[in-house]
Amino acid sequence: MLLVLLLAPLLTGFVRKMKARLVRRQGASVFQPYRDLLRLLRKEVVLADNASWLFRVTPYVTFAAIWVAAALVPTFATGLLFNWTADLIAIVALLGSARFFLALAGMDVGTSFGGIGSSREVMIAALAEPAMLLFVFCIALVAGSTQLSTVANFMASSYVGLRVSLGMAMIALIMVALAENARIPVDNPATHLELTMVHEAMVLEYSGRHLAMIEFGVFLKLLLYISLIACVFLPWKIAVFGAGPLSYAIGAVAYLVKLAAAGFFLALFETATAKMRVFRVPQFLGAALMLGLLGTLLLFVSKSF
Amino acid sequence: MPSLIDVMLEGRQVQQHRPWPRATVDASVWTFAASELAQGRWSLLGLWGEPSTVHMAIMDGYAADIVVVSLDCPDCVYPSVGKHHPPALRLERTINDLFGLSAEGLPDTRPWLDHNRWGVRFPLGNRINALPKAPPYRFLPAEGGGLHQVAVGPVHAGTIEPGHFRFAASGETVVRLEERLGYTHKGIEGLMIGASVESAAQLAGRVSGDSTVAYAFAFSRAAEAALQLVVPDRGIWLRALLAELERLANHLGDVGAICNDASFALMHAHCSVLRESVLRASNTAFGHRLMRDIIVPGGVTHDLSDEGKEIIQMALDNVRLRFPALVELYDNTASLQDRTVDTGVLNPALAKQYAAGGYVGRASGRSFDARRTLAYPPYDDLRFEVPVLNEGDVNARIWIRVREVEQSLSLIDQILDRIPEGPPRARAGQLREPREGMAIVEGFRGDILVWLRLRDGRVERCHLRDPSWFQWPLLEAAIEGNIVADFPLCNKSFNCSYSGHDL
Repeated sequence: MLLVLLLAPLLTGFVRKMKARLVRRQGASVFQPYRDLLRLLRKEVVLADNASWLFRVTPYVTFAAIWVAAALVPTFATGLLFNWTADLIAIVALLGSARFFLALAGMDVGTSFGGIGSSREVMIAALAEPAMLLFVFCIALVAGSTQLSTVANFMASSYVGLRVSLGMAMIALIMVALAENARIPVDNPATHLELTMVHEAMVLEYSGRHLAMIEFGVFLKLLLYISLIACVFLPWKIAVFGAGPLSYAIGAVAYLVKLAAAGFFLALFETATAKMRVFRVPQFLGAALMLGLLGTLLLFVSKSF
Repeated sequence: MPSLIDVMLEGRQVQQHRPWPRATVDASVWTFAASELAQGRWSLLGLWGEPSTVHMAIMDGYAADIVVVSLDCPDCVYPSVGKHHPPALRLERTINDLFGLSAEGLPDTRPWLDHNRWGVRFPLGNRINALPKAPPYRFLPAEGGGLHQVAVGPVHAGTIEPGHFRFAASGETVVRLEERLGYTHKGIEGLMIGASVESAAQLAGRVSGDSTVAYAFAFSRAAEAALQLVVPDRGIWLRALLAELERLANHLGDVGAICNDASFALMHAHCSVLRESVLRASNTAFGHRLMRDIIVPGGVTHDLSDEGKEIIQMALDNVRLRFPALVELYDNTASLQDRTVDTGVLNPALAKQYAAGGYVGRASGRSFDARRTLAYPPYDDLRFEVPVLNEGDVNARIWIRVREVEQSLSLIDQILDRIPEGPPRARAGQLREPREGMAIVEGFRGDILVWLRLRDGRVERCHLRDPSWFQWPLLEAAIEGNIVADFPLCNKSFNCSYSGHDL
């Protein structure tokens, strides 16, 4: 649980550094996100006069929900402290409630940007969540459980083989991950243009420690999705519960390598693509939804796909 | 169809106004000219005031004829042009703010530049104390179910110039956009009054930082026209070199910046490097990155050495080597094309009505380019093409810039090849009697108009009209029906000047 907390800013810092290097900039240090968080935590909070208790509580609620969700995903080993509760549906629900509160808070102060951000976010979520659930069903049909540790153990075993449905589920999950983490092409995490923001517009009114909590939540979410993709589809070297310390060490190193590779590919993809129009996003996520659905259907038709 | 000459003959021609004629006319001729503008036969180049006179510059597009008509208005009232011809609306509101001359029948009487923060009203006319409390600025209403307003600016999330935008949107679709500008009003026209020609030229160069060369160029040409000063050949060619370098740097920066607004940072990074290489070459060759204060009435202050020539040539070779690959990248990136094609379409009829200059006009089928149409030296002696497209979308505005970069590269080559030897600057003699001069110069945004009257070697009145005056209103039209999230992209593709407009 602490591990994800420590690693999450580093991952974001790494992605930013990669993006900067890809456009031939020097880029900030990979540790910059830590410094940003410390800076924000030290700053005072500027609250709008008409902000309600909801606005003040939301950062902590979302952060807690995402943190718990991130801790549920088996990172380098299965059967970690919280993994017995690690149900995929629980993760989806936790993320969903985090977003729900954030969207409410976005509208709470009544600025137009918050409203725009919330409405766009909810539009995206309305399509991303079903796609995510379909991915869960697809996996559950293959592995026979929605428990992540079980899924990871199953995936790491040799029973799986090459399956079309899993490929579809993976693509669907990656698309959902891009949308959920507000990355290009759905949203631009680095933009300064208020009118094009989705996630950023929603949190535009936050400052100080509240903003730090939200930012931290964003870092954690990125880590969560990458861990999820890694543990479900690329579970190589993941330490099985009860294995010796050596295999835990190997698992940890393999996990770091996976994170770095995923971060690099994310940066590469973001550099090579422009952001899509807001109204293209439903089509993009619709494709993810269809892929998830197809994967699930194929499994119903024949177990061997 | 009456020609501009007929209008002139109706009035009393003013002596000592160069190079185009100016005539003082009566209200009926003034109104006639306004209705002809509204018919689309002529285009409005500028409309400005003096304490008890209003002037209007008109161009006949076919004959490339330009005249200035003036109307005395001792009662501080003149017949509105904006009533017939909408492009004049904001100009008339400005005349009211600055001089207290009111346009009779003007449909929109809200202040424009004056936000009641100057501590005085009508600063250039008969000054009176500011209102104790400004009445709230009423934005134009948009009515209907489900409409909501989005207020953006004047302070933005990025470090850009200040301007306020009020969107009325239905969901994501923009129903109406209204701009409110004037936040960067610096009172340059007020500062000009009584300034010596030299310091006025410096002031002109500070109207809009990215067009400092074009402004100094336009001011100098106007001053030279008034003083009948002949600039040595080398000075003329050096000015064109400066102007093209400025255009090159700005267009390169713009192409990257537009792509950046579609979150395509790669293009921005590469274009910025190219722009920087041009700016550094300018710095080495002329001693200033943006080449400020180099063009002065009479010539240029900084001659080009052989070494400077070489450095510019090297920068050009660099651009020539790398730019085509970037254009290809732009053309081949589907996700980027998806954003720019068919976004923010500007109707060619509107571009014609507003006499929009620069890439805004040329991307919407208006072929006017002051370098070609008015062919001021040395452009009459240089080979170049004026690219024109009819699509009017963001993509077209990018392509016009790309083509103009190519043209500027070729122009700079020709200039470096053929630049004559000799002194770069002539000294001006003093003239006591009032003289008037006017000039139109193509900046990177479009045609910049400068009109001035000199008396005793000092500026009595100088008006500088930025091309953005006729481009800002078109942005409002172009964004209609687009989605709110596409506004930054459209705005960047127009890239209007705030500073030049607010003056």
